[in-house]
Amino acid sequence: MSRTALLVLAGGRFPAGDHAHSGGVEAAVAARAVHDSATLYAFCRGRLHTAGLTAAALAAAAAAGHDPLVLDEAADARTPAPALRATARKLGRQLLRAARAAWPCEALERLARDLPGGAHQPVVLGVAAHAAGLTASDAAHVAAFGHVAGPATAAVRLLGLDPFDATAVLARLCDDVDAVAHQAADAAGRVAGEGAGVLPAASSPLLDITAEQHAAWPMRLFAS
Amino acid sequence: MHLDHTHDGSGAVSADARRPDGTRRALRIGLGGPVGSGKTATVAALCRTLRDRYALAVVTNDIYTREDADFLLREAVLPPERITAVETGACPHTAIRDDISANLEAVEDLEDRLGPLDLILVESGGDNLTATFSKGLVDTQIFVIDVSSGDDIPRKGGPGITTADLLVVNKTDLAPHVGADLTTMASDAARRRGDLPVAFTSLTGDDGVRPVADWVLERLTVWHHGTARPEPATATP
Amino acid sequence: MSTLTEDVAPLPDASSVVATARVRAEHNGRTTTLPLLSGDGPFHLQRLRPRGGLARVDVIGAMSGPLGGDRLALHAEVGPSACLRITSAASTIALRGPTDDNATYDLRLTVGDDATLHWLPQPLISTAGSSLRQTCAVGLSPTARLVLRDEQILGRTRETSGDLTTRLTVLRGDRPLLDQHTSYGGPHPAWDGPAVMGSHRACGQLLVVDPSLGRAALPPVLLGDPDGPARGVLVPLAGPALLATAVADTATRLRRLLDEALDRALTAKGTLPFGPG
Repeated sequence: MSRTALLVLAGGRFPAGDHAHSGGVEAAVAARAVHDSATLYAFCRGRLHTAGLTAAALAAAAAAGHDPLVLDEAADARTPAPALRATARKLGRQLLRAARAAWPCEALERLARDLPGGAHQPVVLGVAAHAAGLTASDAAHVAAFGHVAGPATAAVRLLGLDPFDATAVLARLCDDVDAVAHQAADAAGRVAGEGAGVLPAASSPLLDITAEQHAAWPMRLFAS
Repeated sequence: MHLDHTHDGSGAVSADARRPDGTRRALRIGLGGPVGSGKTATVAALCRTLRDRYALAVVTNDIYTREDADFLLREAVLPPERITAVETGACPHTAIRDDISANLEAVEDLEDRLGPLDLILVESGGDNLTATFSKGLVDTQIFVIDVSSGDDIPRKGGPGITTADLLVVNKTDLAPHVGADLTTMASDAARRRGDLPVAFTSLTGDDGVRPVADWVLERLTVWHHGTARPEPATATP
Repeated sequence: MSTLTEDVAPLPDASSVVATARVRAEHNGRTTTLPLLSGDGPFHLQRLRPRGGLARVDVIGAMSGPLGGDRLALHAEVGPSACLRITSAASTIALRGPTDDNATYDLRLTVGDDATLHWLPQPLISTAGSSLRQTCAVGLSPTARLVLRDEQILGRTRETSGDLTTRLTVLRGDRPLLDQHTSYGGPHPAWDGPAVMGSHRACGQLLVVDPSLGRAALPPVLLGDPDGPARGVLVPLAGPALLATAVADTATRLRRLLDEALDRALTAKGTLPFGPG
């Protein structure tokens, strides 16, 4: 495997559409629940250990070669908010486009054929990671880190937060991201024996509720 | 049982000239330019001029969701299903240049939903003089500036002014009021752009968008003859 | 397929309660009967007079708990065409036990072909120092109908929350319809932060599954005041089901939102061309 492939896939410049999504932080900023780097840290940490863990486990299982269609169904069951399902599929389609150009292979073409409406983004991420020669643990890291990097970047734009402070928030979360990725990869390792139901389903009521509220706003800066 | 799915077609990887079913896709023209220069008004005027003869659709890239799309809807220049707003996360130039995936989704989705189209206009969010479209997104691009922002804009240059396939200098009717010298603007633009064309427009008059519409019609003719850009080495299956 | 293995704990010590209550409802061709109604430990099961075509059972907690170390389970099985409504008389209160061990409370609900289950218990209250792992595994046949309410109150008035995790898994046929795991209280990272519960201390869900619910049954509905102390959403799942999720400052406000959600969900069902479930 190439470690650099991990940097390409996880890098903020990978053109997969993430820049237009705030990961729920736009709604939290509007509710004044996130207003500085301390509240941003709490937001990112909560999202990491809920939606981030669930996504990381799906990505790890997909990277380990488990059936993307089964995992996509598991992702649907873990994503009750339709706004978040639509976002996950949209980002999945966008990621698939970038991955097909970067690491063309039959597995990615098959995914495009089997789920023309788009697979959930973490599932695509796992298949893409595998196509790039990366491991299940790598895929989990990319997914987990993406769940904190997105809101941190969006908070800089929404709050005019000092970008150095936002980066320091991410640096403080490194151990948490590692732990979540480890837990996710560990669960993915049990799918062969126990089925996809063994994957974490960590959820957060506020992320589900505010995602639908945000989707109903007439004016917003971010798509989600 | 999935109740969610709405999107069909696996899509091309990038701006391949053919759709997945092998048919030639619509010509995609990007319209960029600074805030307030008249991009949306130009799009609206083009739609009114061309909609009876060609199958059209529009993608807008708003800073705040749907502002420009809503303007076009209010003006009723096209039916609502032919206008799509792409959300840009406060970074309109990223969405048309560095990460075009959401815009590619939008243009492909329009053709999937509406059937074969002749032309899709992709309007950028109002940005600065450096914002240009990726060639992976559009086939050709128009950059719209206006006289009221100063007649030295063409001289200052920037990628939009220098490299756009058509430069539009809009609001010429205001030139006497803001002290803009159109001759200077024309000669500065020519110096910056070499052989690339410049159109002067005033959308307040009847058929004011004609110079732009004529240029678009030329591009359409070339596109239909399949020579606007080289075919990709490997055609999409 | 096991979804619950992570919550399996070692056997409790002698002071703990190990109990499994069981209910089975069947349809005898005319009406729903209850051939099995077996209380155990803290669960006393009381048969109520049938109403609206539903057999009814009330779960009465005969002692406080669950306490740390307890291993409680309740299994309800609704056979083909049977209709059963289960309620509870009082809240379940998770308390600190004689050991530092977790308590577990495992619900297993099975609903057969053309059968209906309403599972509408009172809230679960997580008190300071308690530690409870709750699981709720629902198995639905593809033609089954379900109304399920699940409410958690994180601490009594001015009390900090105990450690509470709940996993809700709903399978329809052998396919997952809803799978959620929540973790609240001290040891869980940022559970009271702006991405999970914020300052809310009551949360709940109401799930309505009905095979006649199609895609257009109901667009997402916002419940309560987005800026107020109680808010939620009622949304369609990817399968034929509606789910309300709500948070509130008090149990009363939470219930009000979930009641509103239930009204709207039943109205949505009633407007379907197939007629009410």
